[in-house]
Parts: sequence; C-alpha cells; structure tokens
Amino acid sequence: MAVEQPMRTPAAPSGDQTRIHNIGYRSYDGPRLGRSYATRSLYSQSLRGSYGLGRSVKSKVLPMLLFVVMCVPAAIMVAVAVATKAKDLPVDYTRYAIVMQAVISLYVASQAPQSVSRDLRFKTVPLYFSRPIETADYVRAKFAALASALFILTAAPLLVLYVGALLAKLDFTDQTKGFAQGLVSVALLSLLFAGLGLVIASVTPRRGFGIAAVIAVLTISYGAVSTLQAIADAQTSTGSIAWIGLFSPITLIDGVQSAFLGASSAFPGGVGPTNGEGVVYVLVTLGLIAACYGLMMRRYRKVGL
Amino acid sequence: MWTTGDALFDLRGTLRDPYAWSLIPRRPCGVTTGVVQVTTFVDVTVIATESLSKRFPRVTALDRLSVDVGPGVTGLVGANGAGKSTLIKILLGLSPATEGRAEVLGLDVATKGAAIRERVGYMPEHDCLPPDVSATEFVVHMARMSGLPPTAARERTADTLRHVGLYEERYRPIGGYSTGMKQRVKLAQALVHDPQLVLLDEPTNGLDPVGRDEMLGLIRRIYTDFGISVLVTSHLLGELERTCDHVVVVDGGKLLRSSSTTDFTQITTTLAIEVTDTDAHPDGTRAVRDALHARGMDILDSGAGLPGAGHVLLLTAQGEETYDLVRDVVADLGLGLVRMEQRRHHISEVFTNEDEQRKEAVGHGG
Repeated sequence: MAVEQPMRTPAAPSGDQTRIHNIGYRSYDGPRLGRSYATRSLYSQSLRGSYGLGRSVKSKVLPMLLFVVMCVPAAIMVAVAVATKAKDLPVDYTRYAIVMQAVISLYVASQAPQSVSRDLRFKTVPLYFSRPIETADYVRAKFAALASALFILTAAPLLVLYVGALLAKLDFTDQTKGFAQGLVSVALLSLLFAGLGLVIASVTPRRGFGIAAVIAVLTISYGAVSTLQAIADAQTSTGSIAWIGLFSPITLIDGVQSAFLGASSAFPGGVGPTNGEGVVYVLVTLGLIAACYGLMMRRYRKVGL
Repeated sequence: MWTTGDALFDLRGTLRDPYAWSLIPRRPCGVTTGVVQVTTFVDVTVIATESLSKRFPRVTALDRLSVDVGPGVTGLVGANGAGKSTLIKILLGLSPATEGRAEVLGLDVATKGAAIRERVGYMPEHDCLPPDVSATEFVVHMARMSGLPPTAARERTADTLRHVGLYEERYRPIGGYSTGMKQRVKLAQALVHDPQLVLLDEPTNGLDPVGRDEMLGLIRRIYTDFGISVLVTSHLLGELERTCDHVVVVDGGKLLRSSSTTDFTQITTTLAIEVTDTDAHPDGTRAVRDALHARGMDILDSGAGLPGAGHVLLLTAQGEETYDLVRDVVADLGLGLVRMEQRRHHISEVFTNEDEQRKEAVGHGG
C-alpha cells in the first residue's frame, strides 16, 4: 500500500498548473538606510527594552512597578495640595529625585545590566559589529537609551507635580521656573546614573553581578558620604561638608542644583556648596559623565567579534 | 541582471555613492537557474586578498595569504587556529591587516568597512542568540540594524525564516529551540538583508548527521536559488566537497591550496577496503593488495596509525570501474568484503600525496 501511494502522485499535478507552491526567493531592492538609522533603531529598541516593551511579560513587571512607585507620591502630594488649597507644593521640583533616590538606584541597577550584560552574555555584540554600526554608535545608542529611560522615570513625576500645581492655581511663573530647574537637574542625574550603571554593567556578562555591583556602588558611596557629612556637621567643620559631597553621585547632583538651580540642599544643616565650589561640582559631574563614555568605548573596542 | 553587476564592477572605481549599489537590482526576481549566473559572472572576484598578513605579538595568524574567490559556494578549510576567523574579521573590516590588502565585492576592507558590512552577511561560529525573544523579533531587529526600514524588515524576516525552514516555531522564544533550529535562526539573521555575500563560520558545528546534511543543502541553495555567494568555513574537508564549487585550504595562516572541488575530488576520493581471511588466503588483506597491484592499481598505504590499520587497504578511486575491479578481485579470491567505503578526509590527508616538504612545514595541521 505504502509503495503504491507515491506512484499515483505524478499524475495529479498536471491538472492544476495554476497553483503556486513556492514563490521562491525574492531579492531586496529597496532602500538601505545605513549607519545612523541602524544606531537609531538600536536606541529605540534599547529604550523600549528598558521598560520591558518588546520583551516578555516578566521583564515588564519591575520597570513598570518602579515607574508607578515614582509617580504615586507625586500624585498624592498634588491631591493633598489641591484639596487643602495649599500655597505651595509640599516638595520642591529639584528635591523630588533626591527623596526618591532609592527607587532610581533600583531602576538603574535592574535596567543597566539588562541593556548591556545580555548582549555580552549571549554574545550578540559580534552580530551588531558585523553590521554597518561602529563601536561608538553602539555605545552612544545604549548610553542615550538608558539616559532617556531614566529621564522618563524622573521627569514624569515632576510633570505630575507641575500639572497638579497649575490645577491648584499656584503661581504660574514660580511653578514653571521650578519645573524647568527640576528638569535640568534630572537630565543631569539621568546622564550621570546611566553612565555609571552602564560602565559597571558592561564589565560583567552576568546580570546578577551587574545588579549587585550597581546597587553597591550607588548605596555605599551615598552611605559613606552622608555619614562623613554628618560627622563633619557634628564637629562643626561645615567647610568640609561640601567637599565630601563630591564623592557620591546623588550628593553631586544635589550640590550642583543647590549651587545653580535654586534648590535647597539636602546636606546636613542645609549647607550647600558656594558658587565657587558649585563650579567644581559641575566640572566633576560632567567629567564623570565623559569618563563613563570613554570607559565604555574602551571596553567595547576589545569586545569586537 | 548579473550583467548589470558586471558593469558595476567595472565602474566601481568611479562609483562614489556607496548606496548606488543597493538601488540597482542585482538579480532577477523569481526563479533563476544557477547555470546562467555561473557563466556570466565567472570572471568577477568576490573576495581578493593580496599577501595579507596579520601578526599578533606572539602569533602570526595570517601569513602572506593571496587568494581570489569567485562567485559561488567557496569552502575555507583549516584546523582550529589556522586563521579562518581572523580572515573573516579582516574581510568584515573589523580588524586591520598588518600587511597586504584585501577587497570584498570590489571594496577595500581598510577603508570601506561599513559599506562592506552593509552588503555582506555574517554567521558566527558561537551561540549568539538571546533566549528570551522570539526568532521573528530577533531577526527583525537584526534586519533594522542592517539598515532595512521597519516594514521591509518585517517582510524580509518572514520570507527569510521560511526559506531557512522555520515556520510556526518562529513566534516562540529562542531559548526553547533545538541546536538545528538555532543554527537556522543564525543563518536567517545573516541573510535577512539580502546580502551579496555571506560568511558562514562553521555552520554545521554541533549538528547531528541529518541536521548537517540539511544545513549543507541549505548552504547550496543560498547560491543556486538565492544567488548569494557563500564563503563557508569548516575543519572537515569531506562535507565541503559535496557543497562547494571551490575549496581554499589554509593552515598556520598560509594558503595551502585553492582549487575547484572537482580537482579536489579527483585526487582525494580514497577507498578504504577491508576483507576477511580464509583458509586459502590466511592474510586476505595481503592477497587483495597483491591481486590489485597485479591489475595495475596503486595502493596508497595501509592506513598506518589508524585503528585496525593492518587490515585496511587505502586506494585511490579513479571512477566507477575501481569499485567494480575491487568487487571482482575480492570475489575471485573468494574473500568476504567487510567494508568498502569512501574515506572522509581530514585536511592533513589531502596533502599525503602532495609534496612532502610542504606537509612537513605545516606539520601541526590536522
């Protein structure tokens, strides 16, 4: 029986010539958009990935949760301000990110390794570099994507505060100025944290190590700096408080914004850096961001194929 | 349409815009026959290297390698560490050569790296797939990384995955795929942007015999059906003999040999014969050897060093008649033929009957 089956088949196809079995290989003659388009594609893929979009449901949970946690306190503050007809918001725009720094650190720790360690671990990096993009394009796309993701995370609650403040009919010029100062501050914070997170994460292909290392660097440095500042404050050597603040990322941002963005400092005793010291803060911040970029470039020059 | 390609090759010196290439159709859509492509494109070089050298502080990975590769399927054979991967890196413009020059599709690797990578596909030897995304998502992303607009990237991904033989499973995360399916995804990402040349690094690694044959068939189709030239590396000459039009053998960074597969098979088809002993012929192997010798057959050696070497005869097959001759000789002697098989060659064996000095010089190859 089984032998007869194939013998019958040759007769069949002659009847229906019109059927298309296989359309065959089609070549591609359309546009090839080149290097900058590829870099932009990598940027948008990485940015979406930072919120778990285009990835599994499981990987959406943490970033979305942290985003909600960032925004809910702002929403509550706004609700209170509107209900009590307060004269001002309970927290400054520039202060919000400092208060919520734990959430921001957690986000960087979870998403920086997601962005770069995965490519290293699964050796996808060689595939990128076998395409038109160069090392610098990869680094820039990843850096920009994580910084943008952080900016979204930190700017969204400020937007909630601002809209709420306008609804509560608070002074428009005051609020707009505060909001703008807040945006500059979180932009700087996003760049700095993204750079630090990526540099640390790009050293290891293991995601767990990356997460732990980022958290350790951010919290230990902050813990050490604020302890030393408290001691300095207790010994009334207020002059050294500002200088100590240079050694942790979040106090660095705090220093910059209290010197130039009209923020009240979160340093012990509310002693922010003076204008001269503030310049050092800005230089150190920008220098750190540049150093992170340079280190990433060096790291990826070796990864290649 | 290949003739258009020819004209462009002649004009390449004056072609300023690297994208001009991609705007001109290179192949007719639909069905093409391999024959037409071979005859009209035959004198064009896809890859050309000229005394290409790559030296690292302690190792010389490539040593004055000069080779021309035409369209078609070309095998690059060499032991591990022979310089295959280094050559691929240089050809993709990712690693500068210490000395000498190389051109891919008429573009200099030293200056036109990005343009080369836009029209060349690369399939690495190692695993390179993230397990938590589906094949479709991954290949679409890779298509965009090659510069394809979003819609085109989706269409080409669906097409390419179908061509490499992935159907419903392409929507599942890659982590659950078999090795064979993963190799197909890797191949798909190298083909998705419709390159003019693909570089495949050990594509049959880790596959079982059936998967190996399917992969080799697919590689053959990349040229005959898709019209894309292929450079495929392997450390097994045997499997490349069946797939490639041309084989290049490198060892210790040096070119050992570059010739068409037909030349190769003529020299290298070796038969291994093993027979039983009988009372009339207590040493059956010797009896067959003498009988074959009397009929004018050359016995290569008895495979010294191989397991059971004393009982295996190796001889060069000149064609169908050799098989008949062996059968007749064994039957006449009244012996039992235990086996008669084509030997799969390891590259070192290719040079057994080549000049001995060269073999000595590359002694570690194998």
